[in-house]
Amino acid sequence: MKEPGYFKTIYLSVRSLLKGMKMTGYYFTHLKEIQTEQYPDNRATLVMADRFRGEVIMPHNDLNEHSCTGCQACEIACPNGTIKIITKQEILADGKKKKAIDQFVYHLDLCTMCNLCIVACPTDAIKMGHEFEHSVFDKSQLKKILNVKGSKVKAGVE
Amino acid sequence: MSLMGQDVLTEDGLFMVNIGPQHPSTHGVLHLKVWLDGETIVKIQPHLGYIHRSIEKMSENLSYRNFIFATSRMDYLSAHINNEACALTVEKGLGIQATPRAKVIRIIMAELTRLASHQLWWGCTGLDLGAVTPFFYAFRDREAINGIMEETCGARLTMNYMVPGGVMYDLHPNFQKHTKDVMASIKKNLADYDNLLTGNVIFEMRTKGVGVLSKEDAISFGCTGPTARASGVSCDIRKLFPYSGYENVQFDEILATGGDCYDRYMCRMAEMRQSVNIIEQLIDTIPEGDFQEKTKAVIKLPKGEFYQRVETARGELGVYIVSDGAASPYRVKYRSPGFSNLSALSQMAQGVKIGDLVAIMATIDLVIPDIDR
Repeated sequence: MKEPGYFKTIYLSVRSLLKGMKMTGYYFTHLKEIQTEQYPDNRATLVMADRFRGEVIMPHNDLNEHSCTGCQACEIACPNGTIKIITKQEILADGKKKKAIDQFVYHLDLCTMCNLCIVACPTDAIKMGHEFEHSVFDKSQLKKILNVKGSKVKAGVE
Repeated sequence: MSLMGQDVLTEDGLFMVNIGPQHPSTHGVLHLKVWLDGETIVKIQPHLGYIHRSIEKMSENLSYRNFIFATSRMDYLSAHINNEACALTVEKGLGIQATPRAKVIRIIMAELTRLASHQLWWGCTGLDLGAVTPFFYAFRDREAINGIMEETCGARLTMNYMVPGGVMYDLHPNFQKHTKDVMASIKKNLADYDNLLTGNVIFEMRTKGVGVLSKEDAISFGCTGPTARASGVSCDIRKLFPYSGYENVQFDEILATGGDCYDRYMCRMAEMRQSVNIIEQLIDTIPEGDFQEKTKAVIKLPKGEFYQRVETARGELGVYIVSDGAASPYRVKYRSPGFSNLSALSQMAQGVKIGDLVAIMATIDLVIPDIDR
């Protein structure tokens, strides 16, 4: 391939620079919708995707009941030891003993949001919440107990 | 004169400079010791270990379902493809295959990841060579792909969407529509990329003939991915050892002959078009059916050794599992593309000026956590 001449090189160089400038100029004068999100200001309207993984939560219904049976499948599935389940023996009305959860301890500071506990849960007792602003001043606040005090297992969940 | 107990001036008159571990052009905690003769580079010694998290050792204590999540943190820009490599190795050990639907989902996700990774690389290459504008165009398009990932997988960067036997969830109902929209805009924007950077005279002068890696050197250093393909080495695992049904899609392996920074750049630009091409072939014909093959609750691989290689955005990733029949691997070894590609840096940079080292590092596309693991 023959090298272009001196003036040809100057012409081609300037043209290549102008080509890029032309594109920048085009976007400068043709303002489309704004791409960036004004994050802290748009908190009120911010909607996360349905499957967004923010933190593990345990939904309770109006009667303060959850679906966790204390089977510890999530604890085994967790790669980081994020979940610790403390169980207790509950005595039923007919005198039989039954295993139930005392505390569902969730260490948010260890969690990598890998979703394996949610997949492992046989009763869909836990799910991923959309809250993502987890900053606190004290690390101990990141240790959470997910079952609300005084809550019980939903009837019929085994 | 000495620095940190080491002589800066060597006996033969060379001058030693530390680049990194905190340096904007290394994109991570990479430490390069560079010996200079005036402005010319004589020798480079990379120092690793600043982001070593012992992922391989950690995996030995985790079950076959659990160890996959950690690989998202290796090459975080091709997290999907890393997860897929692990899932494929476990499937190989179990003697099962993912369902047809899961295979197609895996290919689409892998190519979306490759596009996002190359877009980030394109922006950062411009940034390293002094052009700030490309960075914003690249991140605008990458954001759209991350949005798709967030919708279907639940996370933008560390997805953990691949499980042994298939994928974790079915596709989001909006997935096909959004992917088609993004592909249409990316096809349009790839022309913009060329206008901005590819023909630019300053960019061409910074990259053409800089950091030449010969075909022989590329092979002997074990380079893979676009770094080796720019030197003319045919090494695309998707073509040579097809996995996940890559044998059923039509695409070209991009090869160049020069082996310089410009060829590596052009290789990746062409690969983006190929990725768009692959996604467009599959997006309308995702087979119906299960997205996950049934596996036992506790996966135990039979005694033996299993190896699977995949093509990530940077090159060949190999996953090697030694099993002793227990519920967790006896040993896991990752053959990462970044490590081998980095080893060729000293060869590429010999005799170039120190300013061009940034161009070479940018076009190898180093991701430091991938090198250290």
